[in-house]
Amino acid sequence: MTDRNRFTRRGLGRAAVGAALLGAPLPLRFASAQSAPANLKVGLLLPMSGAQALIGQACKRGADIANDVFAELKLPVKLDIVTYDTETKPDVARTQAEKAVEAGCNALVGAFDSGQTIAIAQVAEQKGVPLIVNIAAAPPITESGYKFIVRNFPTAPMLLTSAFEMQKEIFKASGVTPKTAVLLSINDTFGSAMMGGIKAMFPKFDMPYQIVETISYDAAAKDLSVEVAKAKATKADMLMPICRLNDAKLMVQEMVKQRWEPMMINPGTPGMYEEDFIKTMGKYGEYTVSIQPWLNPKSPMTVIVDKYHGAKFPKDQIDIDAGFTFEAMLIAAHAWLDAKSTKPDALMDALRKTKIDDHVMVGGPIQFDAKGQNVNIKGAVLQNLQRKVQVVLPADAAEAKLVFPQPGWGDKRRT
Amino acid sequence: MSARLLAGLAILLALLLVAPALLGGYGLSVLILILYFAFVGQAWNIMMGFAGQLSLGHALYAGLGGYVAAGLYVHYGIGPWAGVFVAITAAVAAGSVIGYLGFRFSLAGVYFALLTIAFAEFTRIGFDNWSWSGGSGGLFLKVERGVTDLANLRGGPVLFYYVILALTVGAFGLCHLLLRSRLGRYWLAIREDAEAAQAVGVPVLRCKMLAVMISAALTAIAGVWNAFYYNNLFPETAFSIGRSIEMTLSPIIGGLGTLGGPLVGAVVLTSLGELFTSVGEALNIPGIKQIFYGLALLVIIMYRPAGLWPWIAARLGLERKP
Amino acid sequence: MTADFLLALSQAITKGLLTGMVYGLMALGLSVIFGVMRVVNFAHGEMMMIGMYLAWAAFDALQISPMLSLPLIALLFFGAGYLLQRSLIQPFINRPEHQQFLLLLAVATLIANGCLAIAGPDSRTIQLDSQFDSYELGPLVLDAVRVHAAVVALLIAALLWLFFTHTRTGKAIRAAADNHMGALVVGLDVRRLYAVTFGIGAACVGAAGALMITVIPVTPFLAGDYTLLAFVIVIVGGLGSMTGALLGGLLIGVSEAVAGLLGDPALKSMFSFGLLIVVLLLRPQGLLGRKEQR
Repeated sequence: MTDRNRFTRRGLGRAAVGAALLGAPLPLRFASAQSAPANLKVGLLLPMSGAQALIGQACKRGADIANDVFAELKLPVKLDIVTYDTETKPDVARTQAEKAVEAGCNALVGAFDSGQTIAIAQVAEQKGVPLIVNIAAAPPITESGYKFIVRNFPTAPMLLTSAFEMQKEIFKASGVTPKTAVLLSINDTFGSAMMGGIKAMFPKFDMPYQIVETISYDAAAKDLSVEVAKAKATKADMLMPICRLNDAKLMVQEMVKQRWEPMMINPGTPGMYEEDFIKTMGKYGEYTVSIQPWLNPKSPMTVIVDKYHGAKFPKDQIDIDAGFTFEAMLIAAHAWLDAKSTKPDALMDALRKTKIDDHVMVGGPIQFDAKGQNVNIKGAVLQNLQRKVQVVLPADAAEAKLVFPQPGWGDKRRT
Repeated sequence: MSARLLAGLAILLALLLVAPALLGGYGLSVLILILYFAFVGQAWNIMMGFAGQLSLGHALYAGLGGYVAAGLYVHYGIGPWAGVFVAITAAVAAGSVIGYLGFRFSLAGVYFALLTIAFAEFTRIGFDNWSWSGGSGGLFLKVERGVTDLANLRGGPVLFYYVILALTVGAFGLCHLLLRSRLGRYWLAIREDAEAAQAVGVPVLRCKMLAVMISAALTAIAGVWNAFYYNNLFPETAFSIGRSIEMTLSPIIGGLGTLGGPLVGAVVLTSLGELFTSVGEALNIPGIKQIFYGLALLVIIMYRPAGLWPWIAARLGLERKP
Repeated sequence: MTADFLLALSQAITKGLLTGMVYGLMALGLSVIFGVMRVVNFAHGEMMMIGMYLAWAAFDALQISPMLSLPLIALLFFGAGYLLQRSLIQPFINRPEHQQFLLLLAVATLIANGCLAIAGPDSRTIQLDSQFDSYELGPLVLDAVRVHAAVVALLIAALLWLFFTHTRTGKAIRAAADNHMGALVVGLDVRRLYAVTFGIGAACVGAAGALMITVIPVTPFLAGDYTLLAFVIVIVGGLGSMTGALLGGLLIGVSEAVAGLLGDPALKSMFSFGLLIVVLLLRPQGLLGRKEQR
C-alpha cells in the first residue's frame, strides 16, 4: 500500500519538474538579455495588459525609438531597454521590479499609474536602484522621502497651476470669459488628487469665474447621462472635465445627445487629446481644448523624435505618453554620460544633478529639485483641429490658431 | 500523523528558514507571495472548508484590517503590533454581522456568497469617499531606506518574509489544533449534515459564527501585513472582488477542508503565474498569461475537483483515512 | 427650481426604465439558467460581452445594425450554450457551489482575456445613424437608441413567455425546474432539456449584448460588473419568475438613475448593493419569486 522508499526516481523527477517550474522564469529572462552590447540596462515597467494597456503600449513606443534618436543626435550612448508588464496591478508591479533588478537593470523607468509607481519606488529604494518616473501625478511619490527617485512629470498641483495660468491666456486671446463653471470628475486616485488640488488652489489664482458645482462619477461608470444632466442643470458657462479616455468619450456623447454646449477646457487630464478619442468621436471631437504638458513642436529634438516615431509606427500618433517615456530614456542616457559608471550611487548622483536644456516637452530645462521633482514642466494649450492635436498656446510653441469658445454641435464648421 | 510526514515537514521548515540566504530578491518576493496566499487561503479555508460557508467578499476583512492598522499608524503613530488588535476587532465585528445575518435569515450557498459580495462592495465605495482613509486617492505609509524597525514593521523584504512565515506556520498549527478539537468535530458534523447535527445537540449557530470570526480575524492580520509590506492602500484594490476571488483560488485548487491544501494551492498557482508571465512576455500577446492561467484552472477543476493536495497525498501514501 | 427638478427627475426615471429593460433581458438569461438548473453562472457578464463584440464586429465590418444581427447572434449563442452545457457544465450540476463557481470563473477568465487578445484593450462603440436622435414626449427628451433597444428587449421577453407557456418543450422545462424527480418519472429527457435551457439563457444574454452595444461601449473589462448586476436583478426580482427578472431590471435601472441624480453619482452602485442586502435578508425569494421548497 505505501511506498517503501519515498525517494524513488519518480519522486525525484517530480521534484525536479517542480523546481524547474519555480526557476524557469529566470533563465528565460537572462537568455533574452544577452542581446547587443549596451552601456546601460534600463527596466521599463508599464501596464501592458489590464485596463491601462493602451497607455502602456503608447509609452513603449517612445522608448522603442530612443536609441535611433540618440544615434542621430550623435549621443555616444546605447540603452538596453527591457519591458516588464505590471498588468495594471501594484503587486505585480512590485514583483516585476524585483525581477528587473535581479536581471541586472541599472535603472528603472515607470509606471504611469501612481499606485504601481509607488510599489516600484519601494523596490528601487530598498535595492538602491534609481527610478525615473515617466508619468504619474500623485504628489506622495515625491513626498514620501524616497531618495532613489526622480520624476519628470508634473504633480497634480503643478498641472493645475499650469491649467489656471493657461486658462487666463485663453480668455485673453479669445476675448471671451465665462462667469460660472462646473466640474465633472472621475472618482479615482488621479481624479480625486485633481479635485482636491482645484479646491485648494482655486482661491489663490483669482480666476474670473466661480465654480458652482463639483460632480463626481465612479471610475467604472458605463454611462454618464445622469451626471451630464446634472451638470447641464447647473446652467454653468463652462465645463471642466477631469476624465480618462473612456469616460471622455461617454461624456461628449451625452453632451451631444442632451444638446448641451458649454465652453469646455480640460484642465490637465487625459482623454480628449488621445488618438482613440479623436478617431471615435469624429466631428464631435473637433475643437476640444485641453491643457496638458505636450511635445514642443518648435524644438529640434521633437522634430527628430516625430520623424522616427512616424517611420516606425505610421498608424499611431505620437502623444505625451511616448514623449515623456522618451525623455525618461534621455535622462537615463545623460546620467550615464555624466557618471561614466553604472554603479547605483554614481548614477543617482548624476540624476540629481541633471540639467538638459534641449529636450522634447514644452517647458524649461529638465532639472530636479531636492525631492526629485522636475518643476520646470509647463502645460500647453492643445486643440483638436483637423483630426490632429495641435498646440495653440503659448504663442512661441503654437502651430495653429485657437478657436474659442468651441462651435456648437450642429455648427457648420464641424466636419 | 506519520513519522514520514513529520520528517518531511521538518525539512521543509528548515529550508524555509534559510531561504533568504539561498534565493535572490526576485525568488524571495515570489516565495513571500506564496506564503501570503497560503496564509490567507488557510484563513478562508476555515470558513469554507471547515464550516461550509462560501464567502466571496473576504477582501472586506483584509481591507478593513489593513486600513485600520495603517490609518492608526499614519494618523496617530500607533505601531502595527498594537494596531493589529484593533484591526482584528473591526474585522471580527464585520464578520459577525455578516455571519449572523446570513445564518439568522437562512442564507446559504450562492445567496450567502452574494451577501458577502454586497458588503465588500458597499465598503469599497464607502472607503472611496472617506477622507480619513485617503478616499480613492489612497493611503500611503512612509518608507525609508536602510531602516529596519520590527516594532513598526519597517524594513526590507527579509523582515516581512520571516513575519509571514511565522504567521503561516502559526495558522497551520492553529488549524491543526482546531481540527482535532471538539469544535473541529462539530464543524465536520455540520459540514456533512447540518440538520442532523442540530438534532443531536451540536450548537450549529455558535460553531458557524466561530468559524466566521476566526476566519475574519486571520484575514485581518493578513491585511495588516499586506498594508505594511506594500505601503499603500486603495479602496478599489483592497476591497475588490478580484482580491476576494484571489483568496479563494489557493484553497480550492489545493484542496478544500484539508490542512495542506492552501499551501499546495499557493505553490502551484503562484509558480504557474510566474511561468505564464515569462511565457507571455516571450509571446508578446496581451492577456495571454491570463488565458493560460484560466486554462490551468479549468483543467484542474475538471480533473481534480477535490483539489491537488488530496491527490498528491494519496500518491505519496500520506493520506490518513478519517 | 422645483419644476426644473421634477423635470430632471422624470427624465432620470424614464431613462432608467429604458435602460432597465435591457438589463432585464440580460437578467432573464440568468434567471432561466439559475432558476432551472441552479447553476451559478459566473460567466454571465462575459457572455454578454461576447454578444456585444460580435454585434460591434458585424457593424464595423459589414455595416449591419445590431437590430439585424441580433437574431443571428441569438441563434449562435443558443448553439454554443447548448454545446457548452452538454460538454462542460452537465457534470457540474450537482457538484458543490464552490466548484461550479471555479469552473465558470475559469471560463470567464478565458473569455475576457480572449477578447483582450483579439480585440485589444480600447473601448469600442458603434455610431448608428440614429445615435444622436431623440423622441419628444411632452417636455421629456427620450434617447431614440434607448427606446429602440427597450422595445426589442420587451419583444424578446414576450416571445420567451410564449415559449414557456405554450410550447411542449417550454412546459417540460418548467416541469423539470419545479420537480426534477417528477420530471424523470414521467419520462422527460432532463439532460436535453437542461441543454436547451442553457441555450435559451445564452441566447437571451447574446441578444442583450447586441442591444447593449448600442447604448454603452464595450471593453474587455466590463463583464464582472454585469455579472454582479445580473445576480442582483435576479435576486431582487425573484428566481424562477420571468416577470420578476424584467421588473428587477426596471427597478435597478430606475434606482441607479435616481440615486445618481439625487446623491453623489459615485455612490450609485452603493444603492443597488444596499437594496440587494435588504432583499436578501427580508425577502430572499425576491419580489415575485416563490418561496423555496426545502
